[in-house]
Amino acid sequence: MASAASLTVSVWRGGEQGHFARFDVPARENQTVLDVVTYIQRELDPSLAYRFACRVGMCGSCAMTVNGRARWTCRTHVRKVVGAGGALELRPLGNLPVIRDLVADLAPFFDKWSRARGTFQPKEAEEGAVPDDFAIVPPASKQRRQADAGIECIGCAVCYSSCDVVAWNGDYLGPAALNRAWTLVNDVRDGARRDRLDAVAGDAGCHSCHSTQSCTERCPKNLDPSLAIAGLKRTLFWDTLLGRR
Amino acid sequence: MDLRPRSHPTYLAFVVHRVSGLLLALFLPVHFWALGSAIQGEARLEGLLRWTDNPLAKAGETVLVVLLAAHLAGGLRVLALEFLGWRARQKDMVAASAGVALLVGLVFLFNVV
Ligand code: SF4
Ligand code: SF4
Ligand code: FES
Repeated sequence: MASAASLTVSVWRGGEQGHFARFDVPARENQTVLDVVTYIQRELDPSLAYRFACRVGMCGSCAMTVNGRARWTCRTHVRKVVGAGGALELRPLGNLPVIRDLVADLAPFFDKWSRARGTFQPKEAEEGAVPDDFAIVPPASKQRRQADAGIECIGCAVCYSSCDVVAWNGDYLGPAALNRAWTLVNDVRDGARRDRLDAVAGDAGCHSCHSTQSCTERCPKNLDPSLAIAGLKRTLFWDTLLGRR
Repeated sequence: MDLRPRSHPTYLAFVVHRVSGLLLALFLPVHFWALGSAIQGEARLEGLLRWTDNPLAKAGETVLVVLLAAHLAGGLRVLALEFLGWRARQKDMVAASAGVALLVGLVFLFNVV
């Protein structure tokens, strides 16, 4: 698509209040959005703030809003997302406070993981000690498969920043934290199921999700947080109906 | 509002579900008013029913039936997602929901007009 010799890149500068700065960046045959940002920072304006680490889609730190959509930039090819005439618009992730330029503050995002009880709580060893025996979890069991489906989350917050309910309800735990909670609800070695289900119920939790599935649509790891949230809703429904909680 | 992050089928399904629900809620008082007029005597109801024979009211009724069908289909989509855990078939479900809504509207149009 990008046959233009150079890309016209609008980059967010400043904090919550700020403006777009324009940069011309040479277009290459193979080029990721992160390459473009790195070029700008190295060659054109060293004061540009952005974040990355692994460059191979593992760490989840490079996500930004690219031409209106949240994406991981290290694995997003420019030619797949570039607009007419080589236009790229880069902003920090939405639904999060802006620290500076392309860097969003992920603290609220991870705070919600702990609010959703996103930490593993070994069943027999409450204090976190190593249990005496290995737990045997058959790979083909339903719970194991459900946990596996959500476990590869890299914490990039792409889903979180694509979710309208997060924007409408500041307390909403969001797709990633709820997805994490669902993997733990399905972990037979975990002992905090009841507390966790309490933590994810109600207005700040899974019951606020409107099933727009933007999270699922945008997750770069092809996870399905919307399905995980549906699982939490279903579990809470039956547990409540059958008096199990 | 920026449409770029929201342009995908299931978001549209959510919007259709919500908007059809709101419009139906707005129609509800009219519905009750019409029912109420039945209590006040046959002649009034008869008059009202006669009035709904005019093409504009007919068109309005068809829209209403499509809205109902769309809202029902949207509800079924959410139920399928939440209780059956449907996943890959979700997009097909959205398309099928839209199809069913349209079909119901058309059947109504051809049967009744
Ligand atoms: S499905 Fe739920 S969690 Fe996912 S984007 Fe939509 S409202 Fe947010
Ligand atoms: S669920 Fe997907 S989009 Fe959300 S934080 Fe995890 S990897 Fe990123
Ligand atoms: S830099 Fe690690 S995921 Fe992009």
